Amino acid sequence: MTQTTISRRAFIQTSVAAGGGLLLGFHVPGADAASVEAHPWKTPTDGVEINAWLTIDRNGVVTVRVPHTEMGQGALTSVAMMIAEELNVDWSKIQAVFADPNRHLTRGREYKVMTTHGSQLVRLQHPHIMQAGASARERLKAAAAQAWRVDRSAVEAKLGVLKSGKRSGTYAEFATAAAAIQLPTEPAIKTPDQWWLLGQSKQRLDIPRKVDGSAAFAIDTRLPGMVYAAVKCCPVPWGKLKSFSFDAVKQRPGVIAAIELKAVPGKTAFSDMQNGVAIVADTWYRAKTALDLMPIEWDFGPAAQSSTESQWAEARKLLEQPGEVSNATGANAIEMIGAGGKVIAAEYHRPWETHARMEPINATVSVTDSRVDVWSPTQDQSLALTLAADQTGRDVKDVFVHTVFLGGGFGGGGGGNTAVTRQAAELSRQLKRPVKVVWSREEDINHDKQRPPNMTAFKALLGDKGLPSAWFTRSVWFTQDGMPRIGAAHADYSIGNMPYKVPNRHHERHNGKTHIPTATHRAPGAGQHGFMTESFVDEVAIAGGWNPLDWRIEMTKGMDDWQRVLLTLKEKSGFRTDLPRGEGMGIGIVESHGSIAAACATVTVSRRGALHVEKLVIVVDSGHVINPLGGIEQCEGSAAWELSHAWVGGLDLKEGRFTNTNFDTYNLLRIDQMPQVDVHFALSGGSKWGGLGEPAGPPVPPAVANAIFYATGKRIRSTPFRSHDLSWS
Amino acid sequence: MAIALQINGETHTVDTEPETPLLWVLRDNIGLTGTKFGCGIAQCGVCTVHLDGQAVKSCAIPVSAAVGRRITTIEGLTAKGQLHPVQAAWIEAGVPQCGYCQSGQIMAAAALLARRRNPSDQEIDAAMSGNLCRCGTYLRIRQGIRRAAALMQTE
Ligand code: FES
Ligand code: FES
Repeated sequence: MTQTTISRRAFIQTSVAAGGGLLLGFHVPGADAASVEAHPWKTPTDGVEINAWLTIDRNGVVTVRVPHTEMGQGALTSVAMMIAEELNVDWSKIQAVFADPNRHLTRGREYKVMTTHGSQLVRLQHPHIMQAGASARERLKAAAAQAWRVDRSAVEAKLGVLKSGKRSGTYAEFATAAAAIQLPTEPAIKTPDQWWLLGQSKQRLDIPRKVDGSAAFAIDTRLPGMVYAAVKCCPVPWGKLKSFSFDAVKQRPGVIAAIELKAVPGKTAFSDMQNGVAIVADTWYRAKTALDLMPIEWDFGPAAQSSTESQWAEARKLLEQPGEVSNATGANAIEMIGAGGKVIAAEYHRPWETHARMEPINATVSVTDSRVDVWSPTQDQSLALTLAADQTGRDVKDVFVHTVFLGGGFGGGGGGNTAVTRQAAELSRQLKRPVKVVWSREEDINHDKQRPPNMTAFKALLGDKGLPSAWFTRSVWFTQDGMPRIGAAHADYSIGNMPYKVPNRHHERHNGKTHIPTATHRAPGAGQHGFMTESFVDEVAIAGGWNPLDWRIEMTKGMDDWQRVLLTLKEKSGFRTDLPRGEGMGIGIVESHGSIAAACATVTVSRRGALHVEKLVIVVDSGHVINPLGGIEQCEGSAAWELSHAWVGGLDLKEGRFTNTNFDTYNLLRIDQMPQVDVHFALSGGSKWGGLGEPAGPPVPPAVANAIFYATGKRIRSTPFRSHDLSWS
Repeated sequence: MAIALQINGETHTVDTEPETPLLWVLRDNIGLTGTKFGCGIAQCGVCTVHLDGQAVKSCAIPVSAAVGRRITTIEGLTAKGQLHPVQAAWIEAGVPQCGYCQSGQIMAAAALLARRRNPSDQEIDAAMSGNLCRCGTYLRIRQGIRRAAALMQTE
C-alpha cells in the first residue's frame, strides 16, 4: 500500500470518527470536500461560497457541489461541466464534491432536485444548474465593475480572469465581494451555439478514484463501535415470521443479538419494511453464518401458491378480457381485424428481472441522542433522509445522509430505497450503536424491487401495399398494488405509443397484481416492451413483403427525428437481409426518456444453435450531447444491460419466491458474450433534450432477435434467448 | 484463533475462525475495503486478489489457506505511489463506470498480463469471464488490457 493511499484512507476514517464532519458538508466550514473530491490528489480547499452550487478558493480552484448521485453515469462530471461552461473557468481548475442533503432539505430545497433517475440530470435539470453558473459569473463581473467603477457590461469573464480595458483580476480576488452581490435580474443561460466547453468529450472525474480501491461505496463504511447485521426476510414477500431460535446460535463467536424486523402497516410506500429477522455480530461473516444456522419458521401466506406458470395462466385469462384503453385512433381496429383478411397474430412475453447491482443492497446507520447519520446506496438522498427520520422518529434537521458512490444504480432509486435503510435505522436505534446491514446476494435478488413481467397479444391486419391497416394490442403486466409509483402508463409503454402511422389502432392494458415488490429498472417499460413491438413489427413487415428497415422508414414518413435516426442507421450499419444461413442482421428502434435510439445487430448462429452476437451499431438522437464520451459509455452500458436480460436473464418464480437468486443461476452477460458496439449520434438539436443513461438499451433485444430470425428462420417471442432451441439445418 | 497474514508486504494478525473466507478478513478485520463482496460463491469476481501472484476469488478461500502466502489486494497493486500499468491503462481507456467491480477486474487483468505479455482477444475473454460487470464496461476492459500490455512492453 502506498503512502498516499494510506493517508487518504486514514483521513477518511479519522474524519468519520470525529463525528462525520467529512461528508456532512457545508454547514461545517472547511470540512466540506474530503473524500468525494474529484481530483483526490488535490487537498480540500477552503473557498468562498458564491452560491449553494460552488465555491472559489484563493488559487482559483472552483469546487462544484453536485446534488446528484454518481453511479458511473457521470453526474459529477456533467454538473461540473455545465457550471464551468457558464462560469467560464478552465476545466483543470474544476473539482466536484457531493452537495449536502441536510442543507438541501433544511434550506428550502436549495438544489431544487436531489434525486437522480430517468436519465433526467442533463435534459431536465440543465436550466437551473447552468443558471447557477451564469449567476455566479455575473456577480463576479458586478464585483469587478464596482471596484473599477465601470459598467458590468464592460467586464469580460473568461477562463477565471475578469477584464475591462487595461484592468484585470482573477475570480479568486473578487470572490468575496461577488458573494455579497444581489443581481437586479438573473442572466439567461447560454444557447448551444454559444457553448465553448459543452459538447466536448471529457473523461469522467470519478475514474481515477475507481482504479485503486479508494472510491468509497456505502458498503465500505466503517465507523468506531460499528457492528454488522445479516438479515433474512420471509422468502415469500409479505409472509410472516412465526418463530426463530436465537438460543441455537447465540454462543457462536462474535454474535451479539437477534432482532425481529416487522413490516409496519401503512408504511408500505416505496421503501417497505418486510417481516424478518436480523443477526448482529462483530463481523458480517459471523452474523451471516449464525443467521444461516438459526432455525426460523415462516408463515408464507397465500402468495406461496404463485409461480411463473400460474402467473402466465392468469395473464392469458386477462388477455381474453377487455382492458383499459391506452390509445385508439381511426376506425375500430378490433372489428376490422375480426372481419378477416390477412391477419398476423402473435403472443410475446418477458419474465421478471432484477437489478443485481454488483454492490449488494446495504446501509449503515448511526443513531445517537443528538443525530442520525446514514450511508446508503440511494439515488435519492432526500428520500433516504426522510426514511431514516421516519423510522427513528427524529426531525429531518437532525438526520445527515452521506453521499457515497453507488455500485450501480439502474433505477428503483438504488439499492438504498428498499427496506434496507429502515432496517439499519431500526437496528441502530435499538442497539444504540452504528450498524451496517448487508444483504447476502440471495437476499438481494429475492427481496429487491423487481422489473415487472409482461405478456402481450398482438394482431395486425395487412392492407394496401402489404402495409398494416389495423393494429391491436392487449398487454398484461404484474406490479405490486398496480404500482402507482411507476404509473399505469408504463404497462404498455413502447407498445401503445409505438410511432408507426397505422391508420386504425387500438391498444389496451391490464395492470395485474402480484405480491412481488416492483420498481423502475433502467428504461422502465421500454426495456421490456421494445423487444415485443419491434419483433412483431418485423413479423408484419416480412409478411407484407417488406424489408424491415424500409418498412420503418415508410411508416414514420413525415416524422423528422425518426427519419433522421433510421436513415443514419441505414448508412452506418449496412443492414441487409441476404446473408447466408447462420448469419443475420436485425434492427430495432425505440423512444424513451425523450431520445430515439435504434440498433442494428449482427449475429451468427451455429447449426447446433450457439448464438454469437458480433456487433451492435447504435444510433441515438438525444437532441444535444454535452459530453459525447460520457454519452457513448452510457450507450455501451445500456446495450449490455438489455442484452444481458434478453439473452441470459430471467427470474423463475416458484412457491411465491424466486429460485435463482445468485449468479450461478441468475445469469448476467459475461465478457465473452459482449459484442463490439459502435455508437453514432444523429442529433436534432433545437429544443429537444433527451436522456442518454437508458435509451440505447431497449432497441437491442429486438435487433438481436430479428437477426436470429434471419440467421435461423426462428422467430423468438420470449426471453431469455438461451432458453430457445436455435439450431437449424 | 490468531492467524498471521502477509498482505501487501505487511504482516497482519487477526483473530478469527480458520474457515472464514479471506474476503471478510480483508474487509471487516483489516479494513482493506477495496476488495469487494458480490456473490460469496466464486461467481462474480469482484473479490479477486492475488495469492502468490495468481488471481483468486477471495470469497472462496478460507483464511487458513492463505497463511504463509503472499496476498496482494488492489491497495497493494500501486507500488511506491506509482500506478500499476493496468491501473494507468484503466484511466486512459476510461474503463470504470460505477467502479464496484473494477478492483476485481484490475486484479484479474494484472495476473493475466503477468502470465501472458500479449494476450489474444480469446485469451482475454477466457481469463476475464469470471468477472462480472453489471455496468457493461467489457469493451473498455478489453481495450484497457491491450493498452496495459503495450505500456508493459515499453517499460
Ligand atoms: S464475491 Fe467472490 S466471486 Fe463473487
Ligand atoms: S463498473 Fe459497475 S459493475 Fe463494473
